[in-house]
Amino acid sequence: MPEQHRLIFRHIDEPGYTPDLACYLRHGGYEVLRKAVQRPPAELIDEVKKSGLRGRGGAGFPCGVKWTLVDRKSGKPIYLVVNADESEPGTFKDRYIMHQDPHQMIEGIMISCWANNVKQAYIYIRGEFPEGARILERAIAEARQANFCGPNVLGTAYGCEIYVHRGAGAYICGEETGLIESLEGKRPYPRIKPPYFPAVLGLYQCPTIVNNVETLCHVKHIVDMGGDAYARIGTPNNTGTRILCVSGHVQRPGYYEFEVGRVTLGQLLHEVCGGPLPGRAFKAVIPGGSSAKVLRFGERFKGKRKVGAEMVEYDWGLEDVPMDFDSLAMIGSMGGSGGVIVMDDSVSMVEALGNINAFYSHESCGQCTPCREGSLWMKRITTRMVHGQARPQDGELLKSVADQIAGRTICAFGEACAWPTQSFVAKFGDEFKEYAKLKSDGKQPAQPLI
Amino acid sequence: MNLQPETLRRIDEVIPHYPQKRSAALPLLHLVQEDQGHISQEAIAWIAAKLEVAPISIYELVTFYPMFRQKPIGRRHIKVCRTLSCALLGGYKTCGEFERQFGTHAGETSPDGAVTVEFVECLASCGTAPVIMIDEVLHEKVDIARARELSAQIKAEDRK
Repeated sequence: MPEQHRLIFRHIDEPGYTPDLACYLRHGGYEVLRKAVQRPPAELIDEVKKSGLRGRGGAGFPCGVKWTLVDRKSGKPIYLVVNADESEPGTFKDRYIMHQDPHQMIEGIMISCWANNVKQAYIYIRGEFPEGARILERAIAEARQANFCGPNVLGTAYGCEIYVHRGAGAYICGEETGLIESLEGKRPYPRIKPPYFPAVLGLYQCPTIVNNVETLCHVKHIVDMGGDAYARIGTPNNTGTRILCVSGHVQRPGYYEFEVGRVTLGQLLHEVCGGPLPGRAFKAVIPGGSSAKVLRFGERFKGKRKVGAEMVEYDWGLEDVPMDFDSLAMIGSMGGSGGVIVMDDSVSMVEALGNINAFYSHESCGQCTPCREGSLWMKRITTRMVHGQARPQDGELLKSVADQIAGRTICAFGEACAWPTQSFVAKFGDEFKEYAKLKSDGKQPAQPLI
Repeated sequence: MNLQPETLRRIDEVIPHYPQKRSAALPLLHLVQEDQGHISQEAIAWIAAKLEVAPISIYELVTFYPMFRQKPIGRRHIKVCRTLSCALLGGYKTCGEFERQFGTHAGETSPDGAVTVEFVECLASCGTAPVIMIDEVLHEKVDIARARELSAQIKAEDRK
């Protein structure tokens, strides 16, 4: 079985490990921050660049590059916003960091703030984590008391405050510009880019860095071991570790931290997660949160890929695909937020898509017509197929709606709601054609999904 | 507005966390809802005045964000996750069981006012599906049997 490499989740579920400062200090806490504030900020940004760290929230954008894009000449304050919205269905890693190891996150935040000359940071935590918000507030108060944040961090002239800001149940707040609007006290309507790149015109029209919780925890370990050493973990261009959250039809769902690219989908699902439920076979998997394109078991992927400097041919079954950003993108899906949702042969793909469509139509912010209307139409079609009459041409109809959303909206929600429909219909087209017949045959699925 | 002194204290504490008062809109809505149980028109006007914005700027938040409600709810609030990972492991059946136990429908309050059952989108605990929240506490792997146990507990506590 591939071995986990627990960097971020090192102490998660460890007996006796508590979220208070004393426990964190007993485990060497804040030593990295102590050393970091003795180093010039530019050096720390360099370490993060060298590390190759890619954002763990969904887009996989290189963190060091994001930091370099920050407008440092505007004379305006620079803000750090921690995206703790964890709203992509299938994702549940940041929950455990915040509930069980909040100081690891705060140390990562403070190192990142020092590196970027940030004097005010906000943690935007989803409204559904009230206990998490309380734990974080308690941890920040403890850290402030001990001078790990607040005025005069560790006896220096540098000061930085961290505040917790609770969301209120809207998925779109995970989109960084929507999150910023929400933090400004408005409806979270995403902003158009350009000109509203957060690095230039973010919170209060000031340069703003938005990073995911897990990403900021990695920063602590990068600064601790050095960017070069970190880059040796994982695989080229897919460095470090990442937490994979597995849910759905496997024997052992849960969270598992691996070196990026050092575990294949097959190893993860069969060995680590114990395979399918008794008497069942895997049918489909969504590898990076519910907006990632679905993959079908039995699919093969062929092509050429870059390994180091060489182009190498690959011929993979779905189970052979390494769980890293580039490989999953190469086979037409994405690593996204690390949320792996598994469906076995008891599931009707029409009904699973119906469930996803209901989510996205509920969560569309309503700003752009293609998304607001399209997500609702897709939901209505799949709901009608399940609860009313299904027609053989419904798959095509769904696809035509989805095709008119992607690429025509202000934010990536357009893609997020179109990709499931496009991929479900592309990969399981026959099932959509035959759904009416399957239904009339009275084949009831094990679980109603819509 | 008749807010508890502790709520007022926390409101005054949170506003200076932001360079612009309007940013405190969501925190204030949360605090007022915790205090009052829901957000009334009076509360909207009060928060708007406190943050020096037009009442519509607060009202539009209440109508957008799913967690804010304009009507009182039951004594306990049951939120069942509806989204895919939970549904794959029986979320719809779990929700149905709570509806049956309390004689109500998702989105409504039981006739005796004991609970409001809501079918909500992802609660971000997909690995322990199906999950629910009762007020602020998460409950994991809530199948039909567990839903019955939790319902019995709520009913027993409600009788006290």
